[in-house]
Amino acid sequence: MHEAFVGTRIEPLAERIAAIRARYPAAEPEWVADVVRAVITAVQGDAAPIEGTLLSEVEALGRTIANAKAEIAALKVDDITAAQIPFATDELDAIVAHTAAATNAILESCETLDQVADTLSGEAAGQLQAATTQIYEACSFQDITGQRITKVVTTLKAIEEKVAQIVSTFGQRGAVASAPEVLPQGDAALLNGPQLPAAAMGQSEIDRLLASFD
Amino acid sequence: MPIDKSMQVLIVDDYKTMLRIIRNLLKQIDFNNVEEASDGAEALGKLRTGSFGLVISDWNMQPMTGLQLLQEVRADTKLKTTPFIMITAESKTENVVAAKQAGVSNYIVKPFNAETLREKIEKVLGNA
Repeated sequence: MHEAFVGTRIEPLAERIAAIRARYPAAEPEWVADVVRAVITAVQGDAAPIEGTLLSEVEALGRTIANAKAEIAALKVDDITAAQIPFATDELDAIVAHTAAATNAILESCETLDQVADTLSGEAAGQLQAATTQIYEACSFQDITGQRITKVVTTLKAIEEKVAQIVSTFGQRGAVASAPEVLPQGDAALLNGPQLPAAAMGQSEIDRLLASFD
Repeated sequence: MPIDKSMQVLIVDDYKTMLRIIRNLLKQIDFNNVEEASDGAEALGKLRTGSFGLVISDWNMQPMTGLQLLQEVRADTKLKTTPFIMITAESKTENVVAAKQAGVSNYIVKPFNAETLREKIEKVLGNA
């Protein structure tokens, strides 16, 4: 036995190998080493695919979470919920208020034109009233845009809530799970506001649908 | 039978501009006796104390929607035969079906034009 092994943890193993060598003097030390290496490789070979894959997956998951936290921090999401979305909804509210004021001013002038039309007769009166009718029709845009903007404000508020939930989930251990989304039921499910033109039924389609009940 | 254009008409919408537009369009077709309400509850109060020959109502209003107003009108012994036109941006099939089931007289989708309004009023009052 090599003197370097004396007093170490592998001294008993070295002694056993020395005994084997004494019994089988023809055995080359390299043969024994090969057998030992083969056993170690076999054992590692069983464990490595499972544990190694699992470990790398866990490491990757850890890195993903750390990156997400860093990205969320870099986004300054508090700005989104505290400033940007309230700012956007205020701007939209202002649009509704301004278009309502402008529409009222247009209607005011249109009513004056109608009064003038009442004092006229013949073709001029007819032309003037046809023009004011078109202005009245066009002014209904304020109602439609108002309803569309209300839908956008509702969507923005939903985004604000979701962002707050994401921040809370990544920022706190054991964050409370968000409440499941409740879809409107009954009459409330019928309040959808204006459809986008591509999806909306026109007056003639509605007339046909109504007629189908008669 | 000629339509009595002096009848009182109740228009219901939560958008003041839309009330003003409908009022002016009605005036152009000689309906000058027009009363306004800004939601279903206010409209129902006016209908129960007044004498209206026609209701023209929006759908999407709070606290009482146009559909709920229609249901209340049809359930009221005194009001149940009052012609009721829905003017709304709600244009889904299920909306039209729900309104019809609730007893709507006709249904106009926003944005609408003066000709459609005139035509539906004549149809509804002609059948009343």
